[in-house]
Amino acid sequence: MPHRTFFWFFFPSGLAMLLFIGLPIISSFFQSLHIEPEQILMEVEKCDPFGCKTETKVDIEATTKLQEEQPLGRFNGLGTYVDRNHLAFDEIKEAWTNSSSIPEFTDILLNLPFYKALLFTLTFCFAVTPPVVVLGFIVALSVNTITKSLKGPTIFGVILPMIVTPLIGSLVLFWMIDAKGILGSFIQFLFDDPNLSLKSSSQLTWITLIIYGIWHNTPFAFVVFYAALQTVPQDPIEAAIIDGASRYERVRHIVIPHLYPVATFIILICLMDNFRVLEPIIGFAAEGVAQSLSWMIYNDLRSENKMLFGSAGATSMLTIIGVAILLTPVLIRTWREFRTER
Amino acid sequence: MESKINRYSKQLILINSFFILAWLIVSVFPFIWTFWGSFKVKADFFSRADWMFAVTGVNTLIETGDTSTVKAYVESWTEGEFWKATMNTIIITVSVVTISLFLGTLGAYALSRSTYKYTFWILIAALIFRAMPHITLVSGYLFPFFQLNVWGILPTTIIVLVAINQPFTLWLLYSFFKTVPKELDESALIDGCSYFQAFRFVIMPVMWPGVVTAGLFSMMLAYNDFTVTSLLLNQQNYTMVPKINAYLGTIEHSGNYMWAVSSVVSATAPLFMIIMFFQRQLISGLTAGAVKG
Repeated sequence: MPHRTFFWFFFPSGLAMLLFIGLPIISSFFQSLHIEPEQILMEVEKCDPFGCKTETKVDIEATTKLQEEQPLGRFNGLGTYVDRNHLAFDEIKEAWTNSSSIPEFTDILLNLPFYKALLFTLTFCFAVTPPVVVLGFIVALSVNTITKSLKGPTIFGVILPMIVTPLIGSLVLFWMIDAKGILGSFIQFLFDDPNLSLKSSSQLTWITLIIYGIWHNTPFAFVVFYAALQTVPQDPIEAAIIDGASRYERVRHIVIPHLYPVATFIILICLMDNFRVLEPIIGFAAEGVAQSLSWMIYNDLRSENKMLFGSAGATSMLTIIGVAILLTPVLIRTWREFRTER
Repeated sequence: MESKINRYSKQLILINSFFILAWLIVSVFPFIWTFWGSFKVKADFFSRADWMFAVTGVNTLIETGDTSTVKAYVESWTEGEFWKATMNTIIITVSVVTISLFLGTLGAYALSRSTYKYTFWILIAALIFRAMPHITLVSGYLFPFFQLNVWGILPTTIIVLVAINQPFTLWLLYSFFKTVPKELDESALIDGCSYFQAFRFVIMPVMWPGVVTAGLFSMMLAYNDFTVTSLLLNQQNYTMVPKINAYLGTIEHSGNYMWAVSSVVSATAPLFMIIMFFQRQLISGLTAGAVKG
């Protein structure tokens, strides 16, 4: 296809992506270099019959004028990146010199907002992914063996948790897990503790969120594994049966090796998607104990009168760096695939 | 797998059926429970005394005179203005699906037929764009949109969702067009068609299976989106998902909480219907990128 034709075919799609995905990243970066203008204070001398006092108060006129001149705020360089709410270099340095032991230092470190969020995000990613792969595989194997007429409805039932948006999915589970809901009461009954609530401690909330993550992501792994199972070659399996291999041995030595590439694909997609975890935190009302990087950005942008564009931009940039690290293996894989195709 | 040589033992079938049944309960029961509970009052759905109240509807009987009630539905749709959110969702979903398919088929067709190296880099860029968390993009939108005074309205959100959706649509349709034999449109070119005519008269009639799959995913993205819609729309223009979240913010009024429960059912039901019809396309789309690897 000549360049010219290609250009006109691709132009609308390319323009949309450039304007609304490429530019926002740049705009986000630009915002992160600025900080909201401080309010301009002025000293006013106030005199009453008992004498004169000087007071400081906000010069509203000058502040609005400054805001109009510089809507983005003043230039701050990388200041926002290193402040207390982000990388917090000063606080870390201070903690390092002041703390007497490593646990004390990590304790201080993990109480800084950014590192706390990073810890949760990574814990969520890496705790959800392995069970998802294993469960997805087992479910795919089982569905593959049931009668043909039952397959359709079964697959439909299994993929439901993936279809609903994470907010709705987490709400549905949250209402059941609530101390007054069915699962919550059951757990209380199980542990014989009428005050037990999954919301009561941060560990329990984290576990709940992770269980939600597994529930939501397993259908995806299932679907991919299930489709891949249809492509497993039959000849080696039949040969193995003749040679007397047990079902377990057949799965272990023929099916699983065939599915390795698919498994890596699932792992990478799962890690990437869970790195942006946001809605479950809102759905489970877990903001107090579990913040993710995405939630930090959401929180900065949520309040309507004072949005912290600078802070949100800086967190966005740091998140993008995280995504880039997770993405590298995918890119290398695609590169290889493409080279062999041509 | 169904050859005679590969029979399953009775034991295995038993364990297997048991496992599948258990898993189905785990994935389906929460929805059935919510559906059932949405016809009760809050005192039953979140019952302090006994969880069985949610099944039997004791308080619902006391409060409304019947064991189940559609009060929450009626109130959320009228007083809670859920009809408006539904309208907005329909407008956004239909527009996003139409526009992104239009842009996507053109772009992906070009990518699949061009033999130059830059197609590879475009696809890589699309892959990177696909991986961007939506919230990071939103943080880039807000400030310019405020300055341009286009924040809060539906068209802005539609364009943004179309753009966010493009990378995935491109990849999906790209791998689909790769399976359409090149000879088909090449022969049309030899017969004197322009590229656009070849696309219009030769490719378009055969591209529908791929387009349905891509459309299904666009629909799910637009319908399910929370991050973009909740931050880029103002309260009056909220779609279903942010609207449900807004109901939750007002917990003090116990009626409103059941609004959220009934709205969850109202929002999920149509989605499940659509998926029931298009399940095959959904699965083929999810596996398009994975299986050949």
